[in-house]
Amino acid sequence: MKALTRQVLFAVGLPAVLLGLWWAASDASTDPFWPPLRTILRTFPSVWTGERLRSDVVPSVLRLAAGYVLAGLAGVGLGTLIGSRRGVRAFCEPVLEFLRAVPPPVLVPVIMLFAGIGDTMKIVVIASGCVWPVLLNTVEGVRAVDSVMLETARSYHIGGVGRLRHLVLPSASPQIVAGLRQALSIGIILMVISEMFAANNGIGFTVVQFQRSFAIPDMWTGILLLGLLGFLLSVAFHFAERRVLGWYHGLRASTRRS
Amino acid sequence: MRTPNTVLGAAGLATFLALGEAVPRLGLVSADYFPPPSRIAGALGDELGDGAFWSALRDTLTGWVIGLGIASGAGILCGLLIAVVPFLRQATSSTIEFLRPIPSVALIPLAVLLYGSELRSVLLLVVYASFWQVLVQVLYGVQDLDPVADETARSYGLGTWARVRHVMWPTALPYVMTGIRLAAAVALVLAITAELVIGAPGLGSLIAVAQASQAVPQMYALVTVTGVLGLLINLGARAVERRALAWHQSVRGETVL
Amino acid sequence: MLDIRGLRKTYQGSGRQVEAVRDLTFTVKAGELVCLVGPSGCGKTTLLKCMGGLLSPTSGEVLLDGVPVTGPPPGMAIVFQEYGRSLFPWMRVAENVELPLKEKGTPKAKRRELVTDALRSVGLPDAADAYPWQLSGGMQQRVAIARALAYEPQVLLMDEPFAAVDAQTRADLEDLVRLLWQERGITVLFVTHDIDEAVYLGERVVVLSASPTVVQDELYIDLPDERDQLHTRVSPRFTELRTHVYEQIQAAKRAARADASALSAAPDGDGRPAG
Repeated sequence: MKALTRQVLFAVGLPAVLLGLWWAASDASTDPFWPPLRTILRTFPSVWTGERLRSDVVPSVLRLAAGYVLAGLAGVGLGTLIGSRRGVRAFCEPVLEFLRAVPPPVLVPVIMLFAGIGDTMKIVVIASGCVWPVLLNTVEGVRAVDSVMLETARSYHIGGVGRLRHLVLPSASPQIVAGLRQALSIGIILMVISEMFAANNGIGFTVVQFQRSFAIPDMWTGILLLGLLGFLLSVAFHFAERRVLGWYHGLRASTRRS
Repeated sequence: MRTPNTVLGAAGLATFLALGEAVPRLGLVSADYFPPPSRIAGALGDELGDGAFWSALRDTLTGWVIGLGIASGAGILCGLLIAVVPFLRQATSSTIEFLRPIPSVALIPLAVLLYGSELRSVLLLVVYASFWQVLVQVLYGVQDLDPVADETARSYGLGTWARVRHVMWPTALPYVMTGIRLAAAVALVLAITAELVIGAPGLGSLIAVAQASQAVPQMYALVTVTGVLGLLINLGARAVERRALAWHQSVRGETVL
Repeated sequence: MLDIRGLRKTYQGSGRQVEAVRDLTFTVKAGELVCLVGPSGCGKTTLLKCMGGLLSPTSGEVLLDGVPVTGPPPGMAIVFQEYGRSLFPWMRVAENVELPLKEKGTPKAKRRELVTDALRSVGLPDAADAYPWQLSGGMQQRVAIARALAYEPQVLLMDEPFAAVDAQTRADLEDLVRLLWQERGITVLFVTHDIDEAVYLGERVVVLSASPTVVQDELYIDLPDERDQLHTRVSPRFTELRTHVYEQIQAAKRAARADASALSAAPDGDGRPAG
């Protein structure tokens, strides 16, 4: 029990101290840009009511999910095709490296040209930004499948779909998951940017509205909400990753031991 | 005979440009939204002759390099400090895990309020995002420290500072370089983002202006420039990493998650 | 059962042609346990891969039951040296053993039966739910052998399977191979660089020369069928046989060195070869 208490104390300790400092330092604040923490926390529930959650938060998260899933499927699918043959890889590589180097938020004005400012635009923006890390990591993962494993599969007549399902994709999965992780960060950024730049609903849109109308405590609650969202998605990803890559962590731990 | 990769790559690039040229001209997509590369190249040529472009480029690079510098310095210092002071690792772990995934773009409204469209709002975003990249890598690096080497140093009476310099730093160096490389890419993204959304001077704001005035080929030309910039930064960072570590036998074959 | 005729394999290596295998001709009768032994780098693995259909020979052919081998033939299973890179770490032991059968289309009940039986035969009845990396090296190689057994092959190729395993485990595994071979009547081709192992295990030993490889010698191992690590290895006949094989391999290495120095000898100004 003592060890557990220690762990909990460490986990909660510094955040509690920092929050306490923030509270204390801002309590008497009259600076309009830095309202007291107490005010921000008090304002939070009145800003993010059930209704606003439905009208702004849910659409934002759904758009993010749609774009992310699209990017995941396209990235893994294309990445597997490209990664399987050296010739195709070499052919595509310069173009892909260039496209991935374009800072994703720059896509917003470009895509806005033909997709307007609706949901489609945002989903396309998110997908086009998220696809690159997934695609390139999948290519790398598929390329690097162990040659002995490939020979084993050949000798046992494990080919085609079976090979993809049982060998190539699982072998590449650590790389693919790393790409999905990067894609998640990019997706959140693009979700917010696309809404700040041109939208009529969403979390990003709402926060910018607050800032423009100088509703500062409300704006701060929006910032907190975005932070919370980022954190929760990160935690969810972490748990999903532990499940899918449990074997990989076990393998690494055992090779480190030996 | 295997076609060498460079030839295939060049062919790929050529095919991409050729398709880009053909598809709008054939009317498959509207040339207003997808101008052919030739038209984009023309706009690019105009840009290169325009003084405003070069000063915007300078502004972007200024924000990028200053932000990256601050973030790297702070990241390395904090990382080493956390590594050296015994219980700080555990104490800060939860805080780092909470703050790290916060999207820096959430700070945009705050930046606008505080600094408007000055350089400092760009720096706020760039530093916040890049700092974590460096810090996390430094912590990985220190974690990789060989306890035997550290014990040996201690037994020879090396004080904390000497241990950091002679044992911890060389071990962490490959990770630091990786962190700076990742941070360099992130810094560019955030710099351009800040310019795009806030209107701070730089390539991003030129793009926003081009979009608002429907100067489509010009917009694409600027986007291409940012892509090339990103590419140069990636390649440059990798080259620096390789050179700085030419002497270093780094044994990490693990996927960086 | 297995017929290797005039097998030749050349590689393109750094601008020049390297003849790894020059001419290999020998046969393996059904149900035999033949050991292939030779100096390092003599193309044993190349040979095995050609036999397994993983490599195409430059010339010559491999016949399995009279049918030329052009790709991995059904009815043949390979056990690789690097068990860590051959077993799939994302699958449990039972799943690893089961996979080739699944792909083959074997019905579920039969699959389960074969898997359980194979794991029991290699002495791992309780390891079904473990992951390969949770097991020791020797146990992992047993799993690889179980996977091969469950496949019910006619021919089993083993590529230096015990080279990466410690000596005591190697002894156990050698006995396991002989036991399984006797029980199941599979044709086994066992490649090794360990002379003692080759003589201990084999009914027949084929000695390979150094690269470019040809068959240096073939000999029958007339040791009793019941062998054990302790007594067989100290018997006088064992010592004779292993000495003979050792001498053959030394001769092969000497010949290779002579060839190599003859090739690299550039006549000096006075016409005498260097070195």
